[in-house]
Amino acid sequence: MLLNASGCLDALTAPEVARQLDVFVTKTITPLPREGNAPPRIAETADGMLNAIGLANPGRERFLADHLPRLRELGLPLWISVGGFSARDYAETCAVLEDVEAIELNLSCPNVDEAADSAAEIVAACRRATALPLYAKLSAAHSDIATVARAVEDAGADGLSLINTLRGLAVDPRTLRPVLARGTGGLSGPTLKPVALAAVYTCAAATELPIVGMGGITNAQDVVDFIACGARDVALGTVLFGDPGAPRRIRDELSVVQLDDSGAAERLREFAVKAPA
Amino acid sequence: MASRRERLRVLGSEPVALYTLLRLERGGLGPGLPGQFFMLEAPGRLLPRALSLCLAPPGELAFLVDPVGPGTEALCALERGDAIHVFGPLGNGFRLDVARPLLVGGGIGIAPLPYLAELLRFPPAVLGFRSEAHAEAASLLPGAEVVVDPVLVTDSNLRGFDVLACGPEPMLHAIAARCPDAQLAWEAPMACGYGACYGCAVEIDGELKRLCVEGPVLVAA
Repeated sequence: MLLNASGCLDALTAPEVARQLDVFVTKTITPLPREGNAPPRIAETADGMLNAIGLANPGRERFLADHLPRLRELGLPLWISVGGFSARDYAETCAVLEDVEAIELNLSCPNVDEAADSAAEIVAACRRATALPLYAKLSAAHSDIATVARAVEDAGADGLSLINTLRGLAVDPRTLRPVLARGTGGLSGPTLKPVALAAVYTCAAATELPIVGMGGITNAQDVVDFIACGARDVALGTVLFGDPGAPRRIRDELSVVQLDDSGAAERLREFAVKAPA
Repeated sequence: MASRRERLRVLGSEPVALYTLLRLERGGLGPGLPGQFFMLEAPGRLLPRALSLCLAPPGELAFLVDPVGPGTEALCALERGDAIHVFGPLGNGFRLDVARPLLVGGGIGIAPLPYLAELLRFPPAVLGFRSEAHAEAASLLPGAEVVVDPVLVTDSNLRGFDVLACGPEPMLHAIAARCPDAQLAWEAPMACGYGACYGCAVEIDGELKRLCVEGPVLVAA
């Protein structure tokens, strides 16, 4: 399946982009509304970009009452990205979600203060709160991501989303101060790809969980690389900003990729055709 | 949406004062309303750059570019025969149903005014620049009153006019304080231009909102 990375697309503003995907993943929903960080919030870097949006979202209540019904009208399978500042925050949101394809637990936003509870504690609390499939979105900043992956697997996760952005900083050459108002932000784009591939490769060996790979995918060859490292599905993020037709373009590119290994070729073919909604 | 993304050929690139007027073939893209913007692929850069349309001659889209960083410098370096992806028109432009229009521009903020002037049948305009060298760009808007720093456009008489303005933030704030009905075209760093990245958030009605979706043209009050 081809998904979007959470926070990189608003399906209500750009439904024609979302419809190119197999699944739409929402921006992270927190219990209370969040305005997000002060601008400037983005900066371009060498072959990447930084963002410090800060989980801007309408909050759980308004999301359920207003946004979710409109998202359902798109007719796309939905994954809801859930965030919070304690295991209880996450679990309470999971408990009120129903009739969606899956929940992605954002355990790794670099632009807000991290939840005090560990990734495994959060997954365990959510597992008790819902029967829906739970994907744990992990950061590659952990020194031992395999241990974290095994811990969330033991806690009841159904899959892994790898990876989130990594914390970075860009300096304004005129002021010699950080470009972003928050100082640091999350690094994304092609510059992140080798880090993401390593995380996917490591976690695929360490767990039995299906993996959504993401981080710098811009073309079919990138998809091939992620699948080769053990991802079952892939998500597009930063590439969508510059090319809203990227999902369609990448499917077209994939349909003509030739691989010698027939097993690998079979797995790739699933990406070239959009699943009927 | 009415916007499209296509690869457009460069028809020409000419200096206008210290700026560059980049002329592209129009392809299947509409010019949109003045004040709307386009995302232009900046060769060698990851993210496109948001530029408002400056002129819309038949079959062409022309953009005024100020080379302030690596992306805009790459756009200024384009030559006839090159091609770049262009996505647009995007956002909300100026409302044209105004009785006594006065166009006010500051620096590179004059960019959307030549196209706007054409659709409004060349109303009065006042343009401000930080130097005489920059002020030569006023040639894009024949007949405009031109002031150079330390004289400001807001020293002019704005009362009684329907002000349509684009320029640096202090200028727009000064106009907003005096003309609550003014239509102001704002600027913010944008990664996508179509509401996906949430990078261009600015405070609108006391809330942070996406400028690419709500603007870039907003009513002052």
